[in-house]
Amino acid sequence: MNEINNEVVNVLPRLGSPAPQFEAVTTHGTIKLEDFKGSWLILFSHPADFTPVCTTEFVGFAQIHPKLRELNCELMGLSIDSVFSHIAWVRNIEEKFGVKVEFPVIADLSMEVAKKYGMIMPGDSATETSRAVFIIDDKQILRAMVYYPSSTGRNMDEFLRVVQALQTSDKNGVATPANWRPGEKVIVPPPKTQEMADERVKDSSFECKDWYFCKKDL
Amino acid sequence: MACVNADGTITSTAKELLQLVKEPYSAEEIAEKLKRPLFKVRVSLRELNEAGFIKKTDDEKYIISEAGKAKI
Repeated sequence: MNEINNEVVNVLPRLGSPAPQFEAVTTHGTIKLEDFKGSWLILFSHPADFTPVCTTEFVGFAQIHPKLRELNCELMGLSIDSVFSHIAWVRNIEEKFGVKVEFPVIADLSMEVAKKYGMIMPGDSATETSRAVFIIDDKQILRAMVYYPSSTGRNMDEFLRVVQALQTSDKNGVATPANWRPGEKVIVPPPKTQEMADERVKDSSFECKDWYFCKKDL
Repeated sequence: MACVNADGTITSTAKELLQLVKEPYSAEEIAEKLKRPLFKVRVSLRELNEAGFIKKTDDEKYIISEAGKAKI
């Protein structure tokens, strides 16, 4: 068991690196990660179907799905459950909560994808995936990842915000401050030379606290 | 499979796709015309191609095969 745990724990994806490729059985057929090329993807895992916190999360993910699509971002779930369990659960969510889950859900019974993405936290559960979230860009580079324990449901607004922030940074060559929301000022990358620092503080198009801390409107 | 059943029958979304590719289209063009997410179109195209219902052309487009015509 320790060997299995070590194997699972030691593999973690890295930000800024290509997202690990896979082919998986899902509620929408066999899907390869490369099928999402050209669009962003939020790949997330949940501990188990037909559990209360996961159900609230699926409702939440389904509710932000239309907004994500406007950002050219798709969603895909994963747990170590069968495709039949996923289908039954998704149908149950629609029947009991009135929310249609339109994104695919991976049936990762072999734990192949879960291991590649380090979704299993043996200290939390060795047989279930944790609440992991991976934001993968349109070139299939892993851009952000978040892990929550099984006891704590995730905040959907934050994932939407992170996708918006990453896309804003990519498009405009800027960074975004804490708690940034679309429409707010963004952070200009700090100058890299003394001359650039001198020029930066004189530039009235920026709102600077000091040479290294300047914001601007987009 | 998502659009080809084990008994060889196909889903309504697969039929719709086969109807469209009487003329050759790329995955991106199909997604645009059918207003479906690109990844779903890619999944369907792979399945229909493996089942022999469509063929891939040299310029990365897809067109219905004779076996595919028999399905619609």
